[in-house]
Order: sequence, then structure tokens, then C-alpha cells
Amino acid sequence: MKTTNDTQFDLWEVFIQSKPGLPHIHAGNVHASDAKMALQNARDTYTRRGEGTSIWVVPSANIRASNPDDHEMLFDPSNEKMFRHPTFYTMPEGAKNI
Amino acid sequence: MHNEHTDQHFQLRIDTEGHIEPRDYMPEGYRKHLIRQISQHAHSEVIGMQPEGNWITRAPSLRAKQILLAKIQDEGGHGLYLYSAAETLGISREEMIEQLHSGKAKYSNIFNYPALNWADIGAIGWLVDGAAIVNQVSLQRTSYGPYSRAMVRICKEESFHQRQGYEIMAKMMNGTKEQKEMAQDAMNRWWWPALMMFGPHDKDSPHTGDAVKWKIKRESNDTLRQKFIDKTVQQAELIGLKIPDNDIKWNEKTEHYDHGEIDWNEFHRVIKGNGPCNKQRMDHHIKYHNEGAWVREAAAAYKTKKLKKEELVIG
Ligand SMILES: [Fe+2]
Ligand SMILES: [Fe+2]
Repeated sequence: MKTTNDTQFDLWEVFIQSKPGLPHIHAGNVHASDAKMALQNARDTYTRRGEGTSIWVVPSANIRASNPDDHEMLFDPSNEKMFRHPTFYTMPEGAKNI
Repeated sequence: MHNEHTDQHFQLRIDTEGHIEPRDYMPEGYRKHLIRQISQHAHSEVIGMQPEGNWITRAPSLRAKQILLAKIQDEGGHGLYLYSAAETLGISREEMIEQLHSGKAKYSNIFNYPALNWADIGAIGWLVDGAAIVNQVSLQRTSYGPYSRAMVRICKEESFHQRQGYEIMAKMMNGTKEQKEMAQDAMNRWWWPALMMFGPHDKDSPHTGDAVKWKIKRESNDTLRQKFIDKTVQQAELIGLKIPDNDIKWNEKTEHYDHGEIDWNEFHRVIKGNGPCNKQRMDHHIKYHNEGAWVREAAAAYKTKKLKKEELVIG
């Protein structure tokens, strides 16, 4: 039972904005031969119940991701800079609205 | 990459309820187990469209037809989410479809049973989707990130599937004598196969050890099956359906329903390809996959043509 030798096309990442004013959030991906088909497939796959008001599709091959092995190097230093958080500072007793 | 240290680190992450993401280190066994389980799950969603698709043109009303179409479209979507999750582990969709067609990859045994009449559509939604939901709710907490996210999305969509099935059954149990008999007959045929969907008893299932250690599987087959039985008995009684098992009885001590022996010979017979519809399901999938080849070829040709045009403009 030989099946046709075929392609399932390129992978596209799908980002959905659930309401105007909110950011586009990654929803998943679809296969498509071009951007138009990717948008149509994304609509059919990820927004059947009013989940979205806007869709972005991006070829998965164009996404650059950080390496999990670099996790410490990239993200740990920020833990040492507590002065970037408002709770770091001591406010004079009785100060209001700050 | 493979050494004691990374394996230990991996297990530590699992033990502390961390998620594993596609680019993280994972033992080969973990990857293989996931590819097998997720692709089988994806194939089940897609093959599961067939017994119900058979009733679209014969749905008893426009309302029923719209609902059935929407449900089947959801199942196609579930297949896509799961194929995507499996692809993040390094297997292509072409390979998965090939494995399905060659018989190397399995799909859920339940779809090798036929949907004989409209009551079966009720029984499938209520019992088959109902059993699937119990399993899928548990899998929302699976350790592999993409699989877990697919499950969360799927569970959100599933509850309408079960409710529409139960509504059909309730309506028929409110109907004529013939309709009631049809509903009970469908119940009789689907109850046991639905219980088998959870797989062999814990004492007889060989793959569970690693899957539990790696938190791919969060609850055992028997635990999940019991949850399904405990939920379903009351729903059946409420609409006057009888569970086709004389040993079903509430057990005060365990606070669960006891049930009768499952016929595992039947289970193995169907898994080995001797169910009523195994051949039909696979022939159908292969036929339409091959007949759709020209669509994929046309889209590929269109893409190449457009790329050439763009090159001309730039050049
Ligand atoms: Fe589904
Ligand atoms: Fe479903």
C-alpha cells in the first residue's frame, strides 16, 4: 500500500490577539504553502469560538530562539538587580500615593 | 550530551513539576514514548471523524447536522494540534501519516466499531468523548509542554461534544418505544468498548513504569476508568438507560462503583485488526489522502511560480 509521496508544506507559527488592545499571543502552528493559506488555516484551526480579533502568521524557520543551555547566563543576572523593582526602596513613614 | 548528569537534571525537573520544552535535553526513551503516544492520539482524532462523518447527510434535523459538522471539525482540529505537538519532537507529519498507513502506528481501538444508527451518534458523543475527556483532563498535567498545551486547548472544546451526545440520548429516551430501544441498544454496544479505551488493567500494562516516572501519564488506566464509570452511571440512570453490566453496584466501602469483568479477548481481537471496521477505516484514509494529492501538488506549484516571479522582480 504505497501512498503518494507528498509534502505537508512549511510550518507557520500562529499568534492570536483575543481583543483589541491586547498583545498577540502564541497559539500554535499550522502547515501551509504560503501566507494566505497559513492565515486561512490559522483561522479555521484556532479561532472557531471567538478566540480572536486578529491573527499573525510567521514562518517558523524565521523564528530565532534563545538556547535553553544559556538560561543561567541570560536570565540569572537580573535576579541580582533588585533595585529595578519598586519594592526595593524604603519609603518614609506616612508617605501617600507613591 | 547524554550522561548521568543530564539525565539526573532532567528527572529533577520532572520531579519538581517542571515542564520539558522541545529544545531541552530529554532521554531518548522519553522522546520515543511521546512520539508514539502523541501520534497515536492524533491519528485517533482524525480516524474518529469517520464513524460520525457517516451520519452528516442523514442527521435528523438541520440543527443536528450543524452540531455534528461542528463537532467533527473540532476533531480534525484536535488532530492538527497533536500532530504539531509530535512534530516538535523531530518526526515529520509525512512520516506519521506513513506510519499510520503502514500499520506501524495505531489509533484508538474504539473507532473500529461502526455507527449503525442515529442513537450511535448520541452514544459516541456521550460515552466515547466522555471517556476521552477523563483521559485528556488528566493529560493536561503531562510533563511535555507542547502536549500539555494541546490538551488544555482540546479539553476546552470537548465538553460540548459530550453534552451534545447526552442530549441526543436523553431526547431518544423521551421518545417512542422504538427510539428508547435504539438508545438502549447503542448503549449496550458502546459501553464495553468505551471502558476498554482506558487500556489494560494496571497489573497488565507493561509501558506504565517509565511513563509514570516521567510524568507523561499522570493517573493509571484503572483509576481513569473508575472515574469514568463513577460519573456515567448516574447520567445513565437519570434518563432511564440501563448499564449493560449486572455487576455494576455502588460500593459503600470504596465509594466507587464495582463493575464486571471486561472481555480482554475481544479487545485484543480488535486491536490485531479483526474488528468490524479496521480495514474500512484505513482504506478510507489512504484513499482520500491519495485523492487529495493533486491539491497539495497544485499548492506547491503555485508557491514555486510565485517565488520565481518575485525573483524576476528583484533581479
Ligand atoms: Fe477530540
Ligand atoms: Fe471530541
